Amino acid sequence: MNSTQNPQPPASPQPAPKWNDQRIELIIGHLLRSGVLLSAAVVIFGGIVYLVRHGHSIADYRIFHGDISPLRTLPGIFHSTLEFSGRGIIQFGLLLLIATPIARVIFSAVAFAIERDYLYVAFTLAVLAVLACSLAGAALH
Amino acid sequence: MSVLLFTALILLGSFLAGFLGSLTGLGGGVVIVPLLALVFHVDMRYAIGASLVSVIATSSGAAAAYVREGYSNMRIGMFLEIATTIGAIAGALIAARVSTSTIAIVFGFVLLYSAYLSVRAQPPHPVNEPQDRLARFLRLDGDYPTPQGSEHYTVHRIPLGFGLMFGAGTLSGLLGIGSGAVKVLAMDQAMRIPFKISTTTSNFMIGVTAAASAGVYLARGYIDPGIAMPVVLGALAGSMLGAKVLVNARTRSLRFVFSAVIVALGFEMIFNGFTGRL
Repeated sequence: MNSTQNPQPPASPQPAPKWNDQRIELIIGHLLRSGVLLSAAVVIFGGIVYLVRHGHSIADYRIFHGDISPLRTLPGIFHSTLEFSGRGIIQFGLLLLIATPIARVIFSAVAFAIERDYLYVAFTLAVLAVLACSLAGAALH
Repeated sequence: MSVLLFTALILLGSFLAGFLGSLTGLGGGVVIVPLLALVFHVDMRYAIGASLVSVIATSSGAAAAYVREGYSNMRIGMFLEIATTIGAIAGALIAARVSTSTIAIVFGFVLLYSAYLSVRAQPPHPVNEPQDRLARFLRLDGDYPTPQGSEHYTVHRIPLGFGLMFGAGTLSGLLGIGSGAVKVLAMDQAMRIPFKISTTTSNFMIGVTAAASAGVYLARGYIDPGIAMPVVLGALAGSMLGAKVLVNARTRSLRFVFSAVIVALGFEMIFNGFTGRL
């Protein structure tokens, strides 16, 4: 990478971990992209099933009925997906989408642990704990 | 309106929102909620739920492209995500307790402020600030590639930046947006992080922040597959095309036009909020 030797001292004292960071970020970037494309494929599939069956129904979302929807819990989504309901499959795809950045955080925790950067392992686990608290509401119903 | 037509129109609208949002760097989320609420008369809760999941899609989809440029700083991102995710849950819990009119009014003011931020001139960073001890302890300082070679940068005023990030997370959870503008403001203006690092790191953080409030939204039934499907797919396709069309240069005139649209939507949201129509 460094073709010319600079007479000035390098600005950063540790060039090696920097390079590692870049590699990890690249892997994470691909992970995010794959997660998004996979979930988009599931959403498209569910969307086709939904539109074929319900395309001629009337769409009305003026009044909120979400509080009684079975698709607001993880068991409800899995159940509906297994029943091959279009709305269920879409919601399952959206769940994969929500899981994508969470997978990224888990991967970062591993990456920081490999680098033996325990302060950042702790920060990453803190973020993960907050995310787990948020999803617990949908999981435990 | 039939489900088929409704889906097609929302797909088209979200595609345009994602495309313009990515071209101008303002993000598509800010116009998707007003589009759904004002044009399609969708309940605010469904609108912010659909917008939030589209924000996860566009930020994660763009991450691979951003990462290749080598500008984002993983440590800054992860450290500040502690603040944004806690803020996001707080925002999502507030959203469940206030009226949809209140959310519409707050949304309107955030739209106006985003438009102001996007068109004002960037105040330059002061040079030769002393190195921050907390930043050194947290190893937040880094290097980034410039045409003149690798350049070192230091991070400042971390408590202020952390506090602003909590606010950005709260807005994201309350309104179903990425609140990238506030995140960039916190990093670029408060913490004196170079603009390019701020924007790419902000994009990286948006997905994780949105995932934190998405759990609360899901449990409350804000995420409806019938609306979220066209919004997510449209915004994702639009933002990916936008990133392909224009990678570096951001056209200034387009930015002004899009900002004008945002101002108009902002006033409309505030008006409809105060008159109780949303």
